[in-house]
Amino acid sequence: MSNSGLEFPAPVGGSHVAAVHDPFHGDLLEVSMGPHHPSTHGVFRMMVTLDGETIVKLKPVFGYLHRNHEKLGENTSYLASMPYTDRLDYLNSMTNNWAYALAVEKLAGQPVPERAEYLRVILAELTRLLNHVCLAGFLLQDTGASGTPLMYAFREREKILDLFESLSGSRMMCNYQRFGGCRVDASPEWLAGAKHITDNFGRFLDEYEELITGNEILMARTQGVGALSPELAISAGITGPMLRATGVDYDLRKVDAYGVYSRFNFRVPLGDHGDTYDRYMIRVLEMRESITILQQALRDLPAGPIMDPKAKIRGFRPKAGEAYGRIEGPKGEIGFYLISDGSPNPYRYRVRPPSFVNLTVLEDMCLGQTIADAVIILGSVDIVLGEVDR
Amino acid sequence: METLEQIRDRLLARFPGAEVTLVTNPGAAAQHSLSLGLAHAAAMALFLRDDAELKLDYCSNVTGVDWPEKEIIESTKVSVPDPAGGPAKIVEQKTKRIQPGSLEVVYHLYSMAKKHGPVIIRLRTANRTDRANVPSLTPVWRSCEFQEREVFDLFGVKFDGHPDLRRILMWDEFTAHPMRKDYVEPDDYEWEPTPHGTVLDKAKAHYPPSALVAAAPAAPAHGAPTHAAPAPKEAPKP
Amino acid sequence: MLGSGLLQGLKVTAKNIAGSFHDPERLVTVEYPEQKTKLPENYRNFPFLVSENATDPMGTLRCVACQICEKECPPQCIYIEKSKDKKPDAAGKMQVYPAVFDIDTSVCMSCQICVEVCPFEAIKMDQVFEIATTDRFNALLLDRNQLAKPNSYYHQIHPTEAAEVDGRLLAERKAAEEKAKAAAAAAAAKAAAAAAAPKPVATPTATAGAPGAVAATVSVAKPATPPAAAPVSATPPAAAPAASPAQNAPASDGKAAP
Repeated sequence: MSNSGLEFPAPVGGSHVAAVHDPFHGDLLEVSMGPHHPSTHGVFRMMVTLDGETIVKLKPVFGYLHRNHEKLGENTSYLASMPYTDRLDYLNSMTNNWAYALAVEKLAGQPVPERAEYLRVILAELTRLLNHVCLAGFLLQDTGASGTPLMYAFREREKILDLFESLSGSRMMCNYQRFGGCRVDASPEWLAGAKHITDNFGRFLDEYEELITGNEILMARTQGVGALSPELAISAGITGPMLRATGVDYDLRKVDAYGVYSRFNFRVPLGDHGDTYDRYMIRVLEMRESITILQQALRDLPAGPIMDPKAKIRGFRPKAGEAYGRIEGPKGEIGFYLISDGSPNPYRYRVRPPSFVNLTVLEDMCLGQTIADAVIILGSVDIVLGEVDR
Repeated sequence: METLEQIRDRLLARFPGAEVTLVTNPGAAAQHSLSLGLAHAAAMALFLRDDAELKLDYCSNVTGVDWPEKEIIESTKVSVPDPAGGPAKIVEQKTKRIQPGSLEVVYHLYSMAKKHGPVIIRLRTANRTDRANVPSLTPVWRSCEFQEREVFDLFGVKFDGHPDLRRILMWDEFTAHPMRKDYVEPDDYEWEPTPHGTVLDKAKAHYPPSALVAAAPAAPAHGAPTHAAPAPKEAPKP
Repeated sequence: MLGSGLLQGLKVTAKNIAGSFHDPERLVTVEYPEQKTKLPENYRNFPFLVSENATDPMGTLRCVACQICEKECPPQCIYIEKSKDKKPDAAGKMQVYPAVFDIDTSVCMSCQICVEVCPFEAIKMDQVFEIATTDRFNALLLDRNQLAKPNSYYHQIHPTEAAEVDGRLLAERKAAEEKAKAAAAAAAAKAAAAAAAPKPVATPTATAGAPGAVAATVSVAKPATPPAAAPVSATPPAAAPAASPAQNAPASDGKAAP
């Protein structure tokens, strides 16, 4: 291997292209894509070795956004970590909040009132809609459809963000869930607005699919690209839509049935090929299922308190012990692992980030593809660097 | 799913001589775990993955936990016979003992095939310095690859048999392991003037006063002493 | 037919172009500086301090410098120094006030935790978002003069929330006054009874055994008792147990404890 010159030189700052001589394949080209590259969704770098246009080796490099979120969590109180979880996956603050609240509730044995559970489901499904619609837009941006589909996606996302803003006070950094409930109750006007958006979202999806799904260019660029086998996906701990695109039926909303998900009637869409097109289609289908969950949740939302009366905001100290709580986030399984030693701060605070683990197989999916496809494959993994780097 | 006791007994039957202990969790979650001896850990992990009953094919979460050296004071009650022949006195004796520090790696295993879980396994290193090794489980579950690299990066646990053990979040030239409890951040970590004393004090110790003055020109109007930049120290007049 | 998907897509684009001129569902943006959308009531930005009175904001701050928000603030952007002296608050009670209260808005992340943990309803979230400055350091460090805003302003930006808070504060104040009155009356009655038949009941244990909630309200009530009542009741601790009607039950186990 050392003769072939495939060894990487020590990483240098900035873009870097070097020719590497390989007696069998002729000259290989080593390209450092990123960290400042429009297709990498943030500061992400791929060290790619190319044989002509074909990828023979790819190593993801990240950590540019690392701020040691877990250390911050260990140095602040349980409550103070809640707004920091908004900043993990900054598109999906509601589900991050829920995962953290769930882990702490498990740790402290804290019950949650029913209305709060329903509100959580509503907000999580709205978050799923906005994440998937964003992903579809960005994926098309990566294939070269600059602007138009992304802006349509952002327009729909905007409406959901307005809902979040009027409920929690902030568009993206919601900081809404609390241990034992939610912070603010939803007014009837808010619920009417949510219902309006839910009812109209299906029509938007129809239009969006008309625009994209049957598009010959999209099919040519994504079908058969970046295929992932179910065995590798399971072994590599891939979760979320990326796993289900390979045909593995594993959705935590069904498996764990956390919250009140067992009361809703919905299906789990599964793919066949595990390629980029399947990953895109799974998300479109999941959005349709989310709409049905939302309709049921908005219909059945009970009256009552949104906060457990015994829940504590100040001076929250769970008993010593540990807990791992996980939910099905839009990007996959997001979990929090907490160890308490009885003090106001967690002894250990760990985030199980879905997009970080999903990146494990990036090289496997990209080998043998062209460099232009690597961009689409990365887009279909759906990473957010705030969560990958933490 | 089988209980942890059953799993432990089966592991012990299958791997005679292996160490498997049940670690109970006193908290409300009651997620108990199995602590595996390092010698047979990789083989036992493979067994857990391939066993037809368990089929723990999905390793969800890999975590490091730092347990630094701890001084434990134990008080025991000892009855001392009274030399005068009276009833024996009970005297409390305090013994100090140092619990050796270790690093722990926790794996959360689930089964996608059977949809059960979690089975939590823990591996403990012998100490925190020269013998901070555990066998890597990346050959068993591919999902450990990046997560073990992260544990190596932030905690300094060395995974024997990991295919590509490099730093993942910190840069390659970084030497310390920031998630350890005894990690001290460098004093030039952050030096922008904030109203808070600690950051500012550190910055004052690290930088010459002139650098701070250049960054933040004037103290705020009400002039609380710890605020913003310190006034430049006048050179002692001769 | 190859290309039919493309044509279909173009149809959708055309529909959107035409729709953006008349359908508000297809055009969600506004021309910002000229046009502004209405902020939702729950919108939050940076914190401010509530003062009761617009004419004397420094004199009527609700904040009593308890420093809970300073401790709980996740990015540690609040800095408080307690005053050495005391000033009467809105209820006429002598209270410590913040001599220095700073918020570094370049660090603040608008998470609202200070508002949630404040037991005195003294800090609330503002809605002013056009706060760009040319100075990165001092202009973003807000002191208490800049932070103090009257309660009427709070009513203006968060009407329902403010009404609820005011109602709660009023009820608390009334309850405290009534408690104080009842306590004074009971103390007087007790003092009279004690004068008639002096018997040393374990009054201090009753305070120890009283539930926390009762103890808290009593401590609020105590300073509000007219000072004239104090010399009348010979034993000041007697006022505390008298305020709790259920004092007999805890007194029994209170006796067993020592």
